[in-house]
Amino acid sequence: MFKKRIAVLVAFVVVLASVLAGCGNGKTSGSSATKQTAFKAGEVTDVGGVDDKSFNQSAWEGLKSFAKDNNLKVGTGVKYLQSTQASDYSPNLNTMVHQNFNVVYGIGFLMQSDVQKIAEQNPKAHLGIIDAVAVDKNNKPLKNVASITFKEQQGSFLVGVVAGLTTKTNKVGFVGGINGALIKKFENGFKAGVKAVNPKADIYVQYAGAFDAPDKGAAIAQTFYTKGADIIYSAAGATGNGVFTEAKNRTKSGKKVWVIGVDKDQHDQGLPENVTLTSMVKRVDKAIYDVTKQAKAGKFPGGKVLEYGLEQNGVGIAPTTENVSKKALDAVSGYKKKIIDGSITVPTTDKEYKEYLANLK
Amino acid sequence: MSIFEVLTIIIPSTLLTAAPLIFTSLGGVFSERSGVVNIGLEGLMSVGAFTAAISTLALEHSGFGDASPWIAILIAAIAGGLFSLIHAVVSISFRADQTVSGVALNFLAAGLTIFLVKMIYEGKGQTPYITHNIDKISIPGLSKIPFIGPIFFQQVTYTSYLAILVSVLVWFIIFKTPFGLRLRSVGEHPAAADTLGINVSRMRYIGVALSGVFGGIGGAVYLVTITSNYSVSTIAGQGFLALAALVFGKWHPIGAMGASLFFGFAQALSITSQQIPYLDRLPSVIMLTAPYVLTLIVLTGFVGRAEAPKADGVPYIKGQR
Repeated sequence: MFKKRIAVLVAFVVVLASVLAGCGNGKTSGSSATKQTAFKAGEVTDVGGVDDKSFNQSAWEGLKSFAKDNNLKVGTGVKYLQSTQASDYSPNLNTMVHQNFNVVYGIGFLMQSDVQKIAEQNPKAHLGIIDAVAVDKNNKPLKNVASITFKEQQGSFLVGVVAGLTTKTNKVGFVGGINGALIKKFENGFKAGVKAVNPKADIYVQYAGAFDAPDKGAAIAQTFYTKGADIIYSAAGATGNGVFTEAKNRTKSGKKVWVIGVDKDQHDQGLPENVTLTSMVKRVDKAIYDVTKQAKAGKFPGGKVLEYGLEQNGVGIAPTTENVSKKALDAVSGYKKKIIDGSITVPTTDKEYKEYLANLK
Repeated sequence: MSIFEVLTIIIPSTLLTAAPLIFTSLGGVFSERSGVVNIGLEGLMSVGAFTAAISTLALEHSGFGDASPWIAILIAAIAGGLFSLIHAVVSISFRADQTVSGVALNFLAAGLTIFLVKMIYEGKGQTPYITHNIDKISIPGLSKIPFIGPIFFQQVTYTSYLAILVSVLVWFIIFKTPFGLRLRSVGEHPAAADTLGINVSRMRYIGVALSGVFGGIGGAVYLVTITSNYSVSTIAGQGFLALAALVFGKWHPIGAMGASLFFGFAQALSITSQQIPYLDRLPSVIMLTAPYVLTLIVLTGFVGRAEAPKADGVPYIKGQR
């Protein structure tokens, strides 16, 4: 009998622990069921969470700075819900919509179908999606969704210019996450930038097949560096952590190599060995800030596809430039002007890149 | 790239990826040899990786410097051992279904570690990066040996060699010591062992606790050599890979080590081959699927039938025939 009681007790503890573990999400959701007329903006994060050192974090920073400028409270006025798996996207979006948030953002193209579903079910709600275009069944943009996209190829072009002018071995590498239209924009922009300033450079390209496989990232970086590359541009989310680890190891053992970061200024991640040459920043924060501001003013850009490029300061090179030479910085600002005034069109697909190369010669 | 250059990339990379798998699968050997199925290796790795992350961060902060990741591995071993006791109590004392209990361990670990990360780091979804990793180094002296040196002793971590040494040690313990004989006997025929005065429950508790210790070490090694921070996606399937290595290696420590090295090799090959002349012309999909295809081929073609310990997965009830 005694054993049975202990069994019940243990089972109870285990259940309690799992319930508590589940609260990890609940904690942030708080209790704002009270109907407020005050403006509220929310974000549903991907599994990376609001400190993924990438776009989830960037988006949250945008909302936080909006809250600061508009006297909204973080936690009620602006709020986020974290997803721990893909099946959380819909419930999280739904929760925020039903708590009467004036605008709810889904962060990342992985949430596209969920945002579309929730938007169709709640035609009065305002939603936003990053890196994708939300469409209805007839492939027409949904009227209540603002689709926020970026011209990553333009920012990647600029870091490509930096890489092309900095490499001593004339070999640079590109590590991608999952091979698809989005990351191809990074790849082709980067390659075009390198070739623009250093036509003789070799560019190694490889996709890890995952955004969360740092071991593969490290293995690819190891291959590239051994083949003689001295700069690697990593557009691969957490897979890129492996690239950083490998670069730090190499630098520690006396062979100086560089990494080019992505999405945010990754200078700090390269410390203490200082391996971050520069980063291609994607100002998700700025885009979110803009759209939220328009929403508050009653001009929510629903049904529109917003494209943030160099012109809108939506992409660009990182503010930390201590490792970049003066010459490279000058070249960057020169190319930036040319891209903005339209005299250079940066390729986004393999086909466009081929045409671009043909014109270069 | 010459063959030599290719080898200098593939072999160190194999050793690096295999080390965490070797440790974890050795843990599985202890548990399953004692007659307790342990699906929870994945969860044990999570706990180990999580503990290693926060202890390294704390130790670095208090000035332990380069010693911090090593001490953190030991702390993670203890944490893994304690965590595995949940599995031991449920499946040995209360004779619950061992598969179900193991799965519960995985869920619990995934939820609990992230919950704790959020508690400790004010709502963040992942820990900061540790600054003192266990680095890849060239072994002094040995790396100077012509040909062999650059292949086996450059760009490697000490943990890889440690893993191989430990698996030999585990083989010795399980097959050459009285303790090992007892452990195997309760996994093969607990009733007979009981008649001879061996405390079946105690042996099984030890087996499961050791699997926790090794699983914890495996997760910790993965963290301090490869990822450097803990998040939801840090341990994603490595535990199950270790479990597969255990079966692949026929519940034998050396076999498990070999299987882990094989998995590591297959992955290194699939990545490096895309940069090797001629092989790079193959579609990358083929190379990405290669590890799994290779495993299937080896498993069906070269390894004989895998036979689990007889009483593996069967709770022992005194006096029942």
